[in-house]
Amino acid sequence: MTGALQRFLPLIVTTAVLVVGFLICAAQFPNFASWRVVGNLLTDNAFLGITAVGMTFVILSGGIDLSVGAVIGFTTVLLAVLIEHGGWHPVPAFAVALVVAGAFGAAMGGVIHVFRMPPFIVTLAGMFIARGLGFVLTTDSIPINHPLYGELNDMALRFDFGLKLSLPALLMLGVVLAAVVLAHWTRFGANLYALGGNRQSAELMGVPVGRTTVAVYGLSGLLAGLAGIVFSLYTGAGYSLAATGVELDTITAVVIGGTQLTGGYGYVVGTFVGVLIQGLIQTYITFDGTLSSWWTKIAIGVLLFVFILLQKGLLTVWAGRGGEPAEA
Amino acid sequence: MTASTTPPSAPLLAIRGLSKAFLGVQALDGVDFTLRHGEIHALLGENGAGKSTLIKTLTGVYQRDGGTVALEGREIAPRGVEEAQRLHIGTVYQEVNLLPNLSVAENLFLGRQPMRWGLVDRGAMRRRARAILMPYGLSIDVTAPLGRFSVATQQIVAIARAVDMSAKVLILDEPTASLDAQEVAVLFKVMRTLRSRGIGIVFVTHFLDQVYEVCDSITVLRNGRLVGERRTDELPRFDLVAMMLGRELEAAAHRIDIGPAEVDSRPPLASFKGFGKSRSVAPFDLEIRPGEVVALAGLLGSGRTETVRLVFGMDRADQGEATVDGRPVRLKGPRDAVRLGFGFCPEDRKKEGIVGELSVRENIILALQARQGWLKPIPRRRQEEIADRFIRLLDIRTPDAERPIQLLSGGNQQKALLARWLATEPRLLILDEPTRGIDVGAHAEIIRLIERLCADGMALLVVSSELEEIVAYSRRVVVLRDRRHVAELRGGEVSVERIVAAIASETPNTEVRQ
Repeated sequence: MTGALQRFLPLIVTTAVLVVGFLICAAQFPNFASWRVVGNLLTDNAFLGITAVGMTFVILSGGIDLSVGAVIGFTTVLLAVLIEHGGWHPVPAFAVALVVAGAFGAAMGGVIHVFRMPPFIVTLAGMFIARGLGFVLTTDSIPINHPLYGELNDMALRFDFGLKLSLPALLMLGVVLAAVVLAHWTRFGANLYALGGNRQSAELMGVPVGRTTVAVYGLSGLLAGLAGIVFSLYTGAGYSLAATGVELDTITAVVIGGTQLTGGYGYVVGTFVGVLIQGLIQTYITFDGTLSSWWTKIAIGVLLFVFILLQKGLLTVWAGRGGEPAEA
Repeated sequence: MTASTTPPSAPLLAIRGLSKAFLGVQALDGVDFTLRHGEIHALLGENGAGKSTLIKTLTGVYQRDGGTVALEGREIAPRGVEEAQRLHIGTVYQEVNLLPNLSVAENLFLGRQPMRWGLVDRGAMRRRARAILMPYGLSIDVTAPLGRFSVATQQIVAIARAVDMSAKVLILDEPTASLDAQEVAVLFKVMRTLRSRGIGIVFVTHFLDQVYEVCDSITVLRNGRLVGERRTDELPRFDLVAMMLGRELEAAAHRIDIGPAEVDSRPPLASFKGFGKSRSVAPFDLEIRPGEVVALAGLLGSGRTETVRLVFGMDRADQGEATVDGRPVRLKGPRDAVRLGFGFCPEDRKKEGIVGELSVRENIILALQARQGWLKPIPRRRQEEIADRFIRLLDIRTPDAERPIQLLSGGNQQKALLARWLATEPRLLILDEPTRGIDVGAHAEIIRLIERLCADGMALLVVSSELEEIVAYSRRVVVLRDRRHVAELRGGEVSVERIVAAIASETPNTEVRQ
């Protein structure tokens, strides 16, 4: 069906880029095409993937969330302070971190809805507040030495054929799966797309705009909190400056994944692929060894540019198509 | 659809004495409206008649100040669109209020998706969407985004959604405004089907032919008051137009004797042949001579504004040709028109005319400066001279020329706009509703001004809904209906009665609107 093909074209192109990219890497480096690399790719980008899922929802609803990187940083500091200074067990600390991060996002959503403020400004303010609060707690980088951290880091799902999925990787895959269900098999998901399509029409069609707005920013905050937990597991420390600029990396992943920045069109799976493409480029540069890590940024920048142009082109082509006859 | 249990004799919807005011302006004043089961009821009226206020009160967008609204004998007062929907009142607007990015099925079921095990049952949603659209003769890919289909299809989907949400009252607010003839026919078929199922339809439109084609009864509003309700087959077109325009025809039939209809032998200043634009206004012939006032008369939406927009180059004609002084010209934009010596005072002076923050002087000087080019600024001294001259000439009431124009009254703003174009000394001035929204005194002054201007040899093309006004100052009236020029009255033929008759004339409009 050509209609379906057209709808999924951005997603198909993104996936093709990932596959071709992987094949190029595999052709260049003999050790590249291994389950170890795949497992690491998933583990290394888990926090980014989890955050990007929340960002996808926010962007689909027609908004943006610039606070996620700062929320990740704050979460790592909060965990470190609670566990190391406060003597908490990590599990309640995780729970508190998730609640705080979710509430923070929901509060921003509330401000955006009640005062009809642009999400860009509100979440920019949120970014500064979250980053600042991290520094209030501590300016140092605090290592987390709780035994549970070691156990969690050793936890992994091992497959016979050699793939090892770490806890962060599993968490990310779980979040992506849950997000796909949420986006396409729940009313909340439909409301998100509706909101991103046209806020006024959505309201006239009975979409609970306020509730949905608060919920989507709450969800983004919650997922940033979860990403913060994963990040603190991954680095074994809490630091206020952690995950600086991650909000931009996640937006990049969302856009490369085929979601329109203006909202209403896109898929969670695309974002996942977008995260993997970014990770792949980074892995390539690590394998190469001679390239500066800044080439990652340049490659991603070029890719982002190409994808935006591609989307624009597709939209123009669609707009050029005439309407279909009323009677078939 | 659940069959109604009330006997069909009780009206489906009974509105009595409905009133609504905004900031002291009475938008609706004791209006009655009755909709019966299985009836298509036209709601008609010119600008400011109160149609949209009535609809928005019904759909819960506004809260009424007074009166009663009863649905099948039960008093209702919806406080929002959602509540109105629950009360079985569905609305479809001219601009389709669905979501182009969602699939057809998702649009039909947004907020009420079929669920299974806590999740949306997408298969069931698709099946039910196809089943819902079947009776409307639509078999389309319900998984495709709605935005990919034509406006007509989108509108039918919107209607299907409203009806499926158990609408008993369906309000269609100008649904045909952007449809072509074939699409209108499809829509009418749908409306007739719904009527036979006992649904009451309120149909708002500007096309009289459509009213007579599909409606059972007609309610006419004017200036927020009820003019009357009639059966369509008992109301001749002439009487309908008279009701809409509010003319007591016996009284208005007086003629102003402006001499015999002499054949004007002067060469036309501007002449348009077969000029037109698809979906805007059908091709027309129009000649304008120096010193002449040509008026465009017709109901709202009849194509008057569209005609002047073409003449001034604001919209580009896609057929026909224009000549000025006997030479063919191309009107690609307002700049071309200004270069030819045309001027244009638009209908909506707030949106298209005045620049509120600028002073009266700056507003007056704007068009002249634009024509000279911004690189050659008009000296301040000269600007002041021009502004002062027109403030005196047109009697613009302002303490001084430096006052921001937004602080002036509507009539004085209108005069300043007029001054802006007069300063360019145009050969043809187009005025779209020059007397709208200004008080009676200023009204008379503007008419006197129009007369004086053409005595000086300037040609005027005027759009107006005020028929008495048109009769008072025009020697030639072009009458429009349903986006076509249908008649031209000259000299002694010009009278309110003749204009109304021409608007109402029943020449079947068989040509397909494109």
